[in-house]
Formats: sequence, structure tokens, C-alpha cells
Amino acid sequence: MSALASFALKTRRRVLELGLLAGKNGAHLGSGMSIVDILTVLYGGVLAVSKEKLNTPERDRFILSKGHAAVALYAVLEQKGFLSEQETSTFECNGTNYFAHAHRDLSRGIEFSGGSLSLGLSFGVGVALSCKRAGLNNRIVVLVGDGECDEGLVWESAMAAKNFLLSNLTIIVDCNGLQSDGKKSEIMNHFSIADKFRAFGFEVSEIDGHQHDAIETALRIRHESRPTAIIASTVKGKGVSFMENNPDWHHGILTQILFDKAMSELEGTA
Amino acid sequence: MAVIINDVSSRTYSRLGQGGSMFGMGLFDAIEAVGNTYVLTADMGKPAGMGRFKTRCPEFFVNVGIAEQNLIGMAAGIASEGHPVVASAQAVFISMRSFEQVRQYLGYMKLPVVTVGVSAGFGLTFFGNTHYAIEDIALMRTIPGMTILSPSDAGQAAKAIVAALKSKSPVYIRCTGGLNAPVLYKSDYEFVIGKAIEIKPGADVAIFTTGTVTANALEAAHTLEEKGISVAVIDVHTIKPLDTACIDRYAGHKLLVSVEEHSVIGGLGGAISEHLVEQANHPRLLRLGVKDHFLKPGDYPYLIKQSRLDAASIEEDILSALN
Repeated sequence: MSALASFALKTRRRVLELGLLAGKNGAHLGSGMSIVDILTVLYGGVLAVSKEKLNTPERDRFILSKGHAAVALYAVLEQKGFLSEQETSTFECNGTNYFAHAHRDLSRGIEFSGGSLSLGLSFGVGVALSCKRAGLNNRIVVLVGDGECDEGLVWESAMAAKNFLLSNLTIIVDCNGLQSDGKKSEIMNHFSIADKFRAFGFEVSEIDGHQHDAIETALRIRHESRPTAIIASTVKGKGVSFMENNPDWHHGILTQILFDKAMSELEGTA
Repeated sequence: MAVIINDVSSRTYSRLGQGGSMFGMGLFDAIEAVGNTYVLTADMGKPAGMGRFKTRCPEFFVNVGIAEQNLIGMAAGIASEGHPVVASAQAVFISMRSFEQVRQYLGYMKLPVVTVGVSAGFGLTFFGNTHYAIEDIALMRTIPGMTILSPSDAGQAAKAIVAALKSKSPVYIRCTGGLNAPVLYKSDYEFVIGKAIEIKPGADVAIFTTGTVTANALEAAHTLEEKGISVAVIDVHTIKPLDTACIDRYAGHKLLVSVEEHSVIGGLGGAISEHLVEQANHPRLLRLGVKDHFLKPGDYPYLIKQSRLDAASIEEDILSALN
């Protein structure tokens, strides 16, 4: 197994463990599983971030705009050593810093307080403009959901990203085709989200959001004057058969029996 | 260099209005104190008087277009990189269209953006109710950690932007009154966030007032004085944090009055009420402001009179409350 595949597997296991810890509070497991491979490639070598240089201006910034998928971010940050196991194990305990939506804490590598959809992208555009004008050569990567793209502020932000020629900005759209109430295509059909970002002046690539090589190749693209959009086709709940493509697992409760079943499926892929 | 008020400068500020005094004058004094400052606008740079800044500091000027939500989001992103940031739009839109953004980025994430709402109150006259901002104080007050400034004249607006940027915390400044609004301060004074200013002493009645209508409250106080009623006037330029110690000093007065170009719900009167009602034997408070309704549009004096915020109406309402 490749190093990235191993990282992704460990992340998925930890997501399930955190889901079990959350107990009857439930967790956004489908959404978390959907972005594990994207996070794996980002934190497995693409992003210039390290535990030693958490708050340096030159660092790359990763902003999780679809904040409800934070359970996967916690699992990744734990593997990177930014968060301790002790810290992530307080997931959804009363008074925790680690709940359904991540809370900005630069000392832990968390750039943004997510939760309200579309606010991460607008924030990221401001960060990118500031970094560009400061002459930094870093990159700002914002992960949004396809459901999130229903929000008007996404498009205000996209318009501004091209207007200010933010070539240091990459938007990844996690297109799992589901939103809370069901299928994206039946609730608010975007038809082609790629066409929309092209129309807004982005350099667009369309990839399989679970293929690590494809994700990495897309992330290496940097146009000289345009922002970049990566339209990543994903499976909500990826890796666990009963969660995959099932909107009920957008936010669901993992019992011990379901946990054991899910873990055995992940073991099977090892 | 600091903002100094004297007979000459106060008239200059008045000619520029609150927005012009802030962006055309006070801002440059603030920059000397806090360093290079980003100024963002949502396509309202010209009316806000940002021309001088745009020419002098083009690399720190950002026009996001007619997009107030993104205005606050981008301002927050820039602030998170450690830069002083001012974001401005019409008060009605910055307080309502982007209310959630202000709550999230400035409140919850504590990013020190100074937001400036221009044309607050009835500033946009014949544009109608869609453009009046008479709820902005009420909304902004609910956000933890927000400072709310409401200058009473244009010179004070220049002082307010300096104090706001120096505070390095989230601030909302509401600009009222147009060009050539009355001058209240003709000599220099210290502007301290959270410290109300008694502009006229008086033993019977105390009027707490904020914004451009302070001039009307002062005029009413002088007229009442001629009728034998001694009226204090207090310029409450900071709505949050409210100077409760100052209010308590007038607790022995026969009547307390609040005057504001804002809804009587949730503004200065609301804030003072909330403070008073928790105390035993608190004094009576007469809240003068915009009643709980929308208005028929008109020019500024018309709207002020309709809302009984002109000097004569303030005087009448205080007299009838005393009888």
C-alpha cells in the first residue's frame, strides 16, 4: 500500500472512532469520508505546512469552508501531530474545542472557524489578496462542498477571486452529489459546476476526488493570472458500504455494531 | 499628527460630513498611529469620501463591488493576516445584508475589522425605507465583543476612526447627518471609547443622545432652560460598551431621556433601559426615537420631524412627560 493510501486508511479509521465517541450526538460521517482522500493528498505533501512552522506568514493556508466535515480534518491533523489524540478524543464532548465545526486555532493548524456555509471561501479570497499584495509565494486552498455552492456568497467570492487575479487561490469543490435532503440533482441542480467556475474565469480541472495521483496532479496546476478550481467527483461516505451515497449519513449516529461493520470493511481494503 | 478640533477645523469637518471626515482626514492620522491600513468598500468609495485614500494608497484600497457579504468576508481574511482593516458600505446593508458575516468573523472569530456604516438613520431620504438604517445599533449590539460608535458631529467621526483602529478590536461606526451638519465641538477634547461626554450640565432632566440629532437635543435643552427646567445633555458616542457609570450619576434626576435617530427598540434607549431596569427604584426613562413603523419618505428635516426628533418635538415630549 502506498504511503498516501495508508494515510487515508488511518484517517478513515479515526473518523469512525470519533463518530463512535460522538455517540448519540451523531457526526457528519458521510461528509467527512467524502473528503478524506483530498485531505490526504493536501496534507501528505502538497501543502507547505508543518508543526514547526504553524504560524509563519509563508505557510500555505487550508480553509475548510464546508465546516461540517471537520471530523476528517481532526483525524488528519492528529496524524500530522498538530492535534494530540487526547485532544481529538474530546470530539463532541461537553465544552470541547473539537465539535462538528472546526474552530480557528493557528497553534493547532486550524485556519478557519467553519460552520456557516460559504463563509470560508469569502474569507479565503481576503487571505489570498492579502498574501498576494504582501508578495508571499504561498497558496491558499479552500475546500467547499457542492451543496455549499447553492449559497450566493460563493459566487460573490468567486467573482472577486478572478477580479483580483488571485492565482494563489485554489478552490476544491467536493462534488459528492448529495445534500442534507437528498440528491443534489433533484434539489438544486447545478448541471455543470465546472462550467460555472469556467464562466467566472477560473482555470478548471475535473477529477476523481478519490484518486490520489489525479488529486495531486490537479493541485500542482497553478495558472499565472487565474484562480484555480478543482471539481472533485466524490462519493459521500466513501469506504463504508452502508454510508456510501446515503444522505442519511450526512449526519448519522454510529452504534457499536455499525462501527464494527464499518471498520471491518475498511480493514478489508487494507 | 492627531485630529485636533478648533473653530476652523470643526467647520472643515462639517463641510466634509462624517464619512468624508473619517476617510478623507481622520484615516490618515490613524495610519500614522497603526501603520498601513486596508480600506475596503462595496462600490461606495466616492460617496464615502475615499478618493484621497484611493489616490494615496492604491495598494491598500479594495473595491469588492456591490457585494456586502463578501466585503466583510474579505476584510476578515485580510485582518487575519495581521493588517488593520476598515470595511465600509451603506449602514443599512453592512448591518443587515452582512449581519451574519459580522457576527461570525468579527464576533465569533474576533477579527479586528473596523466597519463603517455610512448614511445611517435617514441619510438616504427619498431612497425610502429600503435604504434607512434605523435597526443597525440594535443588531450590532447583540454581537459579543463589538464596539459601537455613533459620532455626534463630523469632527468626532474623525476622532472615532482613529480610536477604532487603535483599539485593534471589532468596531461598528455609524455615520449620521449629511454635509454641513451642526458642529457640536469647537474646541479640542479627549475622545475615549466608552466614556460619554456631558456637553451641558443640568439638574432636573438628563438627555442621553447620540449621533447628529444631538444638536436637536441640545437646542431643546436650551429652550427648556429658558422655561426654568434645568437639562443636562450627554453625548453617548459609544453605545457599546455603554458608559453605565455615567448614567448612574444622573439617577437622581426627575427624568431621563434618550434621543436617537434609530428605532426605539434596541438602540441607545433600549441599552439604557436594560441597564436601569435591573436596579431597584430606577428613574423613569423617556425613549425618543423612531417608533416601531416604516415611514413615508421625505427630505431629512421632514423625516426627523415625522419621528419627533426635531428640537421643538423633543422639547414638547419632555414637557408632557414632566406634567
